[in-house]
Amino acid sequence: MTTGDGLWQQIFTFDDYGELLVLVRNSLIAGAALGLIGGLVGVFVIRRDLPFAVHGISELSFAGASAALLLGTNIVAGSIAGSLIAAGTIGVFGSRARDGNSVIGTLMPFGLGLGVLFLALYKGRAANKFGILTGQIVAVDTPQTSWLLGTSAVVLVALAVMWRPLTFASADPEVAEARGVPVRALSFAFMVVLGLAVALSVQIVGALLVLTLVVTPAAAATRITVSPVLLPVLSVVFATVSIEGGILLALGGSIPISPYVTTISFAIYVVCRFAGSYRIRRRGARKTVSEPG
Amino acid sequence: MISLRDAALSYGERVVWSGLDLDVRPGEFLAVLGPNGSGKTSLVRALLGQRQLSAGTLTVLGRTPRKGSRHIGYIPQQTALPVHATLRARDLVRLGIDGHVFGPRPRTRTVRSRVNEALQSVGAAPYADVPVGLLSGGERQRVRIGQALATDPRILLCDEPLLSLDPHHQRAVTELVDARRRSHGTAVVFVTHEINPVLGLADRVLYLARGGHRVGTPGEVLTSAALSQLYGTQVDVVRVRDRIMVVGAPDEVVDPAHHPELPDGARS
Repeated sequence: MTTGDGLWQQIFTFDDYGELLVLVRNSLIAGAALGLIGGLVGVFVIRRDLPFAVHGISELSFAGASAALLLGTNIVAGSIAGSLIAAGTIGVFGSRARDGNSVIGTLMPFGLGLGVLFLALYKGRAANKFGILTGQIVAVDTPQTSWLLGTSAVVLVALAVMWRPLTFASADPEVAEARGVPVRALSFAFMVVLGLAVALSVQIVGALLVLTLVVTPAAAATRITVSPVLLPVLSVVFATVSIEGGILLALGGSIPISPYVTTISFAIYVVCRFAGSYRIRRRGARKTVSEPG
Repeated sequence: MISLRDAALSYGERVVWSGLDLDVRPGEFLAVLGPNGSGKTSLVRALLGQRQLSAGTLTVLGRTPRKGSRHIGYIPQQTALPVHATLRARDLVRLGIDGHVFGPRPRTRTVRSRVNEALQSVGAAPYADVPVGLLSGGERQRVRIGQALATDPRILLCDEPLLSLDPHHQRAVTELVDARRRSHGTAVVFVTHEINPVLGLADRVLYLARGGHRVGTPGEVLTSAALSQLYGTQVDVVRVRDRIMVVGAPDEVVDPAHHPELPDGARS
């Protein structure tokens, strides 16, 4: 029982909670921005079938961050640089699933290898190394927060401008092209936006678990709605609840933030999945009735 | 509406078609027939302004075609929708109206009523709120036609819209297109490799093949003599009641299969 209690205390302790809360104020702000960005970008990650690309980009983002750590420069800038290189490469060599997956599969281990190399050369605190991979909440200091918020603003504006044509190009590329939508340019532009969003997520949940913020919330939302308004709203809500909930819970324990975030995110998905399969069954029944012959 | 003069289109060395003269009048139904690789899709791309002619002139509504004209409604094959499209039928139609516009757009009542009208006009209103991924091929194609008609186009470009539809739904699609050109004088360019679904509707036929092309009424073009000449081999056109069977025509243009015009991922 005592070991069980000890384990439990590592995961949840809420002594001095109020004082700790002040320490993570920056993280909570960054988390809110991240929930917004991750939730919105995720909608298109699902629509364009890019979850694997997200994973690939995050590994290169990790390489960039660890290089920055080694060189003693800005980690956010490093992870953004790594992300953009990966996103650009995937964008050029085929962001569509068919050709893209092999490019991503090739890029991903290389990025991870580079990251491990940089971390092995780094002589600083071990917690810094671990943080890039699995996330940490106290890592976010004030200058970093400004970086995060600035990048989030860029992503947000870019998404607002291209939301509709990007929806068209993702859902219906042929007709979109016929109507004059620059389908290829948008595909590349979205990869850049995705790269930025991934780099932001790496700061909080770590490179290994970016999918939990950029894919899971949107995937959960698509299970229960297809409304073009409700879908992004729910996706943002799910992402924000996961990250902020994760930060608040992680405060009470001595383990990294990521298991809390991933667990909340996953739980939301499971609930949506069950709710959604019920809905689709109902839809299917209705549809066959309406079909005449 | 559409005017081609001595038009040619080629990919590098390979000439797809050349010396093409064609005028399409308002309300006319032009069926574009021919085997795979004969340049049917290239013609569609030229009309959409996505591909330049290598020789000759093309005007659409009196001017050189440019990309994204609202006067052209485009209906692709029904298989072209990505499975991950998390959209309802009405969203797809709406994208046809303002999906190409950058920047946030408020949802206005005018747009909504246009979407509803378009869905109603093609009989797709009952499943307006069903995700497109759950629709059958025939239902989806109705929605597609609604999407193309939502901008009130003067030309309808249909690129193999009957592909992998059963005869019942093929008829529904062709009837909708036919009704539109009769009620609004919309010119129809209907690309298909199946002759029979459009046989009773087409005013004229453009038949593309390796050995050249023929333009004329179905009675003029769809004859054993004309097609044998086009294909450069003995082809028999057999009429059984109101259907036509083309016997002996090669399925594909005999040429190294090379499709530089296809964007990656757009079509398999």
